This record gives sequence, C-alpha cells and structure tokens, in this order.
Amino acid sequence: MIDMAHVVALLICVPLVFAVLIAIIPDDKIRGIIVYIGGITVMAGALYAAYLWLFKLSKAANNTFIEFDLPFNKYFNYATLIGDVVLMVVIIFLSFKHKKHIICLLSLIQTAVVCWVEFKGPKVEECVSMRFDNLTMIMVLIIGIIGSLIGIYAVGYMRGYHVHHKEFKDRRSFFFAMIFVFYAAMFGLVTTQNIMWLEFFWETTSVCSFLLIGYTRTEEAITNCFRALWMNLLGGLGFAVVIIISAYKFDTFNLHDIINGNALTSKYGLICLAALAFAAVSKTALFPFSKWLLGAMVAPTPSSALLHSATMVKAGVYLLIRMSPVMGDTRVGTVISIIGGFTFFASSLLAISQSDGKKVLAYSTISNLGLMVACTGVGNSETMWAAIFLMVFHAVSKSMCFQSVGAIENSTGSRDIEDMQGLMCRLPKLALVLLIGMAGMYLAPFGMLISKWAALKSVVDSDVVFLVLFIAFGSASTMFYWTKWMTKIVGNSEEREKDVTQSNEYISMFVHALIAVCVVASLPIISKKLVLPYIVNATILKFGDITVNPNMYKQFYTELAPLNEGNLKVMVIMIAAVIIVPLFMYFISRGATSKNVVGYMNGINTGDNRHFVDSFGNEKELHVSNWYMEEFFGEKKIFVPAVLIGVILCVILIGVSLYGLGGVR
Amino acid sequence: MKSFHKSPWLLHYDASSCNGCDIEVLACTMPRYDVERFGIINTGNPMHADIFCVTGGVNEQNAPVVKQIYDQIPEPKVVVAVGTCACTGGVFKECYNILGGVDKVIPVDIYVPGCAARPESIIDGVVKALALYQEKHDKMVKEGRGLPEGE
Amino acid sequence: MQKADIIKIVSILAFIVLAPVLGGLLEGIDRKISARMQRRVGPKITQPFYDVLKLFNKEYISVNKKQLFLLLSHIFFVVFAGGLFFGGYDMLMVFLSLSTASIFMILAASSTHTAYTGVGTVRELVQMMCCEPAELLVAVGFYLASAVGGIHYASLGLANDPSFMVKDLINVDKPAIMYMPGFFIAFVFILTIKFRKSPFDLSTSHHAHQEVVKGLTAEFSGGAYAITEIAEWYEEVMLLGVVALFFVTNNPISYIWAALAVIIVFFLEILIDNTSARVKWDLMFKASWGVILACAGTNLLVLEILPQVLRH
Repeated sequence: MIDMAHVVALLICVPLVFAVLIAIIPDDKIRGIIVYIGGITVMAGALYAAYLWLFKLSKAANNTFIEFDLPFNKYFNYATLIGDVVLMVVIIFLSFKHKKHIICLLSLIQTAVVCWVEFKGPKVEECVSMRFDNLTMIMVLIIGIIGSLIGIYAVGYMRGYHVHHKEFKDRRSFFFAMIFVFYAAMFGLVTTQNIMWLEFFWETTSVCSFLLIGYTRTEEAITNCFRALWMNLLGGLGFAVVIIISAYKFDTFNLHDIINGNALTSKYGLICLAALAFAAVSKTALFPFSKWLLGAMVAPTPSSALLHSATMVKAGVYLLIRMSPVMGDTRVGTVISIIGGFTFFASSLLAISQSDGKKVLAYSTISNLGLMVACTGVGNSETMWAAIFLMVFHAVSKSMCFQSVGAIENSTGSRDIEDMQGLMCRLPKLALVLLIGMAGMYLAPFGMLISKWAALKSVVDSDVVFLVLFIAFGSASTMFYWTKWMTKIVGNSEEREKDVTQSNEYISMFVHALIAVCVVASLPIISKKLVLPYIVNATILKFGDITVNPNMYKQFYTELAPLNEGNLKVMVIMIAAVIIVPLFMYFISRGATSKNVVGYMNGINTGDNRHFVDSFGNEKELHVSNWYMEEFFGEKKIFVPAVLIGVILCVILIGVSLYGLGGVR
Repeated sequence: MKSFHKSPWLLHYDASSCNGCDIEVLACTMPRYDVERFGIINTGNPMHADIFCVTGGVNEQNAPVVKQIYDQIPEPKVVVAVGTCACTGGVFKECYNILGGVDKVIPVDIYVPGCAARPESIIDGVVKALALYQEKHDKMVKEGRGLPEGE
Repeated sequence: MQKADIIKIVSILAFIVLAPVLGGLLEGIDRKISARMQRRVGPKITQPFYDVLKLFNKEYISVNKKQLFLLLSHIFFVVFAGGLFFGGYDMLMVFLSLSTASIFMILAASSTHTAYTGVGTVRELVQMMCCEPAELLVAVGFYLASAVGGIHYASLGLANDPSFMVKDLINVDKPAIMYMPGFFIAFVFILTIKFRKSPFDLSTSHHAHQEVVKGLTAEFSGGAYAITEIAEWYEEVMLLGVVALFFVTNNPISYIWAALAVIIVFFLEILIDNTSARVKWDLMFKASWGVILACAGTNLLVLEILPQVLRH
C-alpha cells in the first residue's frame, strides 16, 4: 500500500509527465488516447487519495487532518524555486514580445521577494509541507473528477473546434499540455500548507490560464489574456507581502499558523489575512477584477469550463474558506463579505442584459463566486457550510452548462441564446444536459437552491444583516436570467438538427449529470461526515490550538447539528418532490386525450406555430425574443460603476488591515 | 349538470362588419347591460371561449381566419351570427370579395338579425345560445368524448 | 408532541380541502364588489365555481403536450408551499417552493411559443423578479422580529430564540406587525402583483380584462386553464395567510384582528384594482424594487440596530 505522501506526490508529478508526453506527440489520434489515459489516471489518483483518507487515515487522525512531507521534499523545494524563476522568465519574455512591459514588473517583484526571503532572509523554521483534511479531499475530488472529465470532453470538442475555426492555428498539443500542468498546480495548491509552495502553485495557475486564454492568438485573445495575467499577478502580490511578513515576524511558512495563531492577536497577522484575501478576490474575479474572467471567454470552451468556472477560480474560494473562521472575527471579513455580496448582486443584474450564452455563464460564475465569498467573509459555521456546498454544486453544474453550450455551438454554429429557440426539439440530449445544469445552478433539485437557502439563513444570524439585501435582490435577478434562458430551450421549434457532438463529450456530460444527482442524493451524508467535522475543527483551530479537545468538538458539533438534521429533512422532501412530481405528473398526464390545435395567432397561424400570414398573404417567421433590458442592466450602465465600487472596497480592505481599524470585531 | 350554461365566455370576431354591430356587441358587455350577471365574460381568446359571436359578412381574406379561430374553440361551442351581414351577407352580399354569411365558412347555430343588431336582441340570442350550449354539452357527455382527466 | 402533530396534519388537510373553496369564494366576492364599484349588478358569488366546473367539462385541446404535466407540477408546488405554511414549517422554504411553482408555470406557458404567451412569459418573469426580494425579506423580517421579541422578553426571563418556523412565529407575545411595518407595506405592495391586480396585471389578467389576450395563460384551454385558476386560489389563500401572520400572537383574540386585517387588505387590493390603470413593466419594476428597498430595507436595518439599542 502506498501512503498519502506518495499519492500526493504522484498527483502532482504524474500530470506533469503526461503534459510533457502530450506536448511532444504530434499525432492527433495517439495524443487523444494519451489524454484519456492521463485523465483516467488523474481521476483514479484523486479517488484513491479520497479512499485512503476516508477509510484509513481520517479515523486515526481523529477526523481532523494529517501533516506530512513529500518524498524528496528538498527537491520539491528547489523545484518550486526554479519554477518561480521559470515562470518569471516566461512572463517577461512574452510581455516584451507583446509590448506589455509593465506586467513583467509585477512578476519580477514577486519572484524577487521569494528569492530574497529564501536566500537572504532570516532562517525560518522548516514546516511540514503538506496537509490533508476533509476540505482538501473535497477539493481533490473536484479537481480530479470534474477536471479530468473536462479534459476528456476537450478531446472531442477541440476536434470540432478546429473544423469550425479554420482561421486559428492548431496548437492542440500545447492546449492539452497546459491543461495537465494545470491539474498538477491545482493538486499542489490544495494540498500544501507551505506559503512559498502555495505562492508558486498559485502563480502557475495564473500563468496556465494566461496561456490558455491566448490560445487563438487573435488580437482580442491577446488583450484579454494579458488582462487576466496582470490582474492575477496583482493579486499575487498579496503573497509577496505575506511571505515577507511571515519570514520576518512569525518565523514560520505554515499557512495555518500564520492565519490561525496571529490574525486575531497581531497587527501583522491581520495584514497577512487581508493580503491573502486580496489575492483570493483577484483570483475569484470579484469586482473590481471581474473583467479578466469575462475576457477569458474568448478561449475554447473546455478551458472556460475548467479554468474559469469549475476549478481554477475555486482556488480563491478554497483559500478564503481556509481563512473563514478567522475572518469571521475581524473587520477584514466584513469588508470581504461586502465585496462578495455586492458582486453577487451586480453581476447577476449584468447577466440579464447578455444574450451570448457563454457570457451569461461567465457572469453567473462571478455572481456565484461572490455569494461564496460573502459566505466565507461572514465566517460563522453555517455560512462556511453554505460556502462549501455552493462550491461543490457550482463546480458540477457550471461545468455541465459550459460543456453543453460548447457542444451546442459546435452543432448549430452559434451560442447566442436567441438561436437556442426550441433546443429541446432540435438537440434533445444536449438540451437536457443544459437544463439539468441550469436547474443545478438555481432550482431546488440540485442543491444550489439549498445552499442559497442556507446562505440566507446563516447571514441573518451574522452581524452583517444588510448582506441579506444583496442576497434577496440578487437571487431575484438570478432567477430571472436563468428562467428566461430556460423558456427559450423548452419552446417549440422545427425538426431535429444534426448532432455533431462526439461520444466522449457525451460521456463527460452524462457522468456530470450522474455526479450531480449523486451529490444531491448523498447531501445529508456528505454534510454529516465530511463538511460538519471540518467546520467544527476549523472553528476550534482558529484559536491556534493544535490539539483538539474532544469535549469542545462535541459541544460545537451539537451546536451545528440542527443545521444538519431538522432542516435537511424538509429539504430532502423538497428534492424528492422536484424530481418525482414532474415525472409522476408526466406519466399520469400522458394518458390524457387531447386534440392538438395550433397556437393562437389571431387566426393567421400557418399551422406550425412558427410562421404566420402577413397582410400581403406571404408567410413570415415568428420570432419571440427574450428581453435583455439594456437600458436598465446593460454593461454600459452598470459595469464601470461596479468596478469603481469594487476598487473603493478594496482600498477599504487595505486600509482596514493597515490601520487595524477595529481589527478584531 | 344543469349549471354549465351559467358560465358562457364570449369571443367576438369582426369579419368585415361596418362596426355598427361590433359597437352593439361591446355595449352588451358594458355596465349598462351588464351581461356578467349571467356569468358572461368577453374573452379575447378562442382557447377560453364557448360562444363565438361573429359580426359582418365573411370575405375572401378572413375566411381561413374565421375557420382557424373556430377550430381553436374547444367543444362544446356555439356560433352566433350577429347582424344581418353575418346572417346573410346583407347589403354587401353581391360584393366581389364577400362570400356571404358566416355560415358559408363555419356552421352557425343562432342568427341574430338587425342592422345594427340591438343589444337586447344580441342578449336574447346569447341566452338562446346558452340553452343550445347545454344541449350540446349533454350530448357530448353522453358520447363521452373529449373530456379531460380530472385534476 | 402527539397533539402538535395532529394539529399540524389537520391544518394541512384543512388547507388542501378548504383553500380552493375559500379562494373561489374570495374571487366571487372580488367580482361582485368590483361590479358594484362599477355600478353593475355583477355575477353571483359562486360564479368562479361555475366557471371552473365548465372548464373541466370542456373538450381538452392543447398546443403542446408538455403543457399539462408542467401545469400539474405547478399546482402541486403551490399546494406544497401552502401546506408547508399552514403546517407550520420554514418560511423560507414556503417562498422558495412558491417560486419553484411559478417557474413550472412559466415553462408550461413558454412551451407553446406563440407571440402572446411569449410576451406574457417575459412579463411574468419580470413580475417574479419584482416579488421575489420582498418574499425573501419578509421571511427574514419575521425571523428578526422573533429575535427582537426574544431580547424584549429576556428581561422577564423568557428567552425567545429567533425562528423561521411558522409554528413558532404564531407563538409570540406581541404581533410581528409592531416590529415590521415596513415589511408589511412591501408585502402588501407585491400582493397587487401576485394577485394579478391592475395596475400590475401585466402577464395575465382577471375578469374581463384582456391584456395580451391573457398572456401567460393564452394557450391553456379547458381543464388546463381550470388547473391554473385553482392553483391561483390556493396561492391567494396562502398569501393572505402570510398577511394574517403579521397579526397573529399566542392570544386567541389576535385571530380576530388578523381576520380583520386580511379583509381590509383584500378590500384594498380590489379598490386599487378598480381605481388604477395598467402601467408598463419598467414602472412596475422601479416601483416595486423601490418600495421594497425603502420600506423593507429600512425596516431590516432598524431591526438589526434595535436589539443593540435595547441591550444598552
């Protein structure tokens, strides 16, 4: 049997090996097969890690966490340093090539800080580099399963993509290699607790994303990818601050020690907290940084799905969840939750005015990330519960939505919502996947609603009650834009269209649907066995107390139990109702005899409900358009003010941390 | 089952009337005559209607329209031709574009003559239609067709 | 414990059986009063029942077969929401399942794809967007009001934990309206939208009004239309129940006040219906969000500050 250290080391290294393999193999077929094998390997590795933790280690660790060093830990340490320098060189090279000189400054500062601290800085006590607990396990599963499914989907998708888009150079080897590098970086990011390593993995995801956004090398793509880069690097500066402070003041590189021990007691700890939160805000593309995620939609769909909604942006949320119990006690947390709540509201309004399917998905991603961040900022145990479940459901549903929109675009040549009229008749399988994904985003059966419900409920208990206003208004507009899109899909339309979606794309999508249903069905168990223990431990650990007192554990657990039991019962009934009732109704109503008539169009319906006779006696097509309400919610109206408010909030965030305004709440 | 004639919903269609009869039909539904006391409502939608009031003679262009709307009214239904033109084509009968009365296109049950038809006579015609409506309904129940399953 | 369960089941069953009767009668009264306001005699009070019976006995024609099962799901969730409410369950859940119900309704309507349902559907969506914040905020308001009550009675040694459960909310010592007048105004405001009363009957309308050929319900005929009518009755009764909840306390006499309040609110809605002209959607949107923000929002902040003031 292999122990956890080896598994994690493999999870980081194996994708890199596959990345190299993919990069050097020019043949399309063989490369496809290698991507499959790689994807399945990654998935298996993630599942094995979860198995190992759940059934072997967690009990021994008293359901808290384990710490371990990787095999060849020293070499890994060197590798991160060298990697940092390599990333810097890549960034500098590319930004000079495209004449964006300012950007390399951001990267230079960061790398210089890391090198300075490593070689010239004070001798810092070595910390154990890895840590594995329930939250890590959830993250590993999201990356391993959702991530690799998207990789598998991408094989088929990119084939279709290059058939449609002959104008772009085929750089698929590079594309898949980057995706695998990204897996490695993400696995590293969620398992490490060494802040130096974390900074390296964080920057790697930024650079991966930058390279993938620029995949097509059009002018737009290049502008957008550099925007993504500078915004993420700016956030990354937060890490530079944390590294300096932790080296000179705290004598440790352990993320948990930096946050838990110090944030509540020392001013520098508070600055660390704010700096990390700032980095996370840029990563999760909240206002004022939202523009990079919107621009990222120029990339091929799999990279949008993988990097910009299902997994990478979750890195920020992950970090915030880690800090959540501490943030809950500080003004930093208050500011963060306002940034999140505001983003949730503003971008759900912006989503209304969009007709491009991918853009709606992008705005909804930003909006949901805002909700998660708001939850983490409030930082009581119920909001943490909500944040974790929001993250899980969002990863599954959003990836499903992206995949089906991508496949629809490949089949119909458009991803505009107006062109999706009657998709249920034209491409029933894809439409079904899209509908399940959308339902997961906001309807009852698939949990997003459950989490939103929990979020609302727990925010009420916190001190920042006016967040409720953001959630109430934001969820109204969320409902509006999703239902609006749904009505387009279920509508009536002409006959079937040719579905060019490849079978591997379908495999990925259906497995997603299956996972969505499974997660919902096992919600009470996941909540009880994984999420609650994690929250309880995190709440206890924020006092910097490493040894968990069983009595304390029990006390916290019973305080949280109502969330799990009483309310979940109603929710389970509701879930069952939303799945079973329509099915049941479908079967009893199937027997109803009805005469089919044409719809009412003042008597001039030509007989197919889609055309009418005009006053000259000619046939004309009827197009029922959605409403986009540009004059209320247009990007021109809302986007710039929202960014400005975001900037102000970020300034407040920095101010609060620097001057320790109130500091502890 | 006597009660079903208590809620007849009306659909009014102007085939090619001079608007005289239309004004009278609408006058019926106004407060002065208040047909709502019989449960009559003027709907704008064939899907909800029971009684189809047509005014004016049918011409070439609206014949298919009248037919389609008639088809969209669920059974049982009663057609009332309001005004002389709707009954026979009236003074426009010999026009090049007029087909004649409404009964050239769809089966008419009640004829309400007059130019323009008086509200009183229209109400009278509609009340007659109610009796017929009940009759048709009972016949439909006897034949047992078209009834939807209960809630 | 046993007794509480029996009461719960009885009230749920009573809702399921009696709500359509009550709702139908309310609509009949509504039509009668409207007629009198227009100096007409008006139909009988039992007229809505005749209408629905007739609709059930008509031939069933449909434009799209998907319609019926979506509509049946719609009525199920409306009844479910009402059952949760009268069974004393969570207020948030009540409103969330109510919105789920309206989504099914919207999908049923849009499955036909014609111009009138198209316009009706989008307008209904806008109406939903106008109502949703108020519903959620009212639930939150009840919760906070029960918390304030808790602070208030803490001096008497009676701790009162805040709760979302209706069964706890009817067991307070002081009526919720005392703490949440702003929420009440916002809720009454959106009731006009929910009841599809002029000036906000944009997506579909009642009586002889014919906005966009009944918009949302344009393609429902016979039994299908009857189902939507009955669902509306259920919803109406449930929403009036929420109005009553503002006044109910653990004192039985309060139920009389609650009934009186419901009657006044109901009459007010009819009066508004008959004295105002239909507005455009954008005015409705601005007005409702404005009123919600101004009334419910202010009230929310006051409720947030109040406990801290009381504490000092």
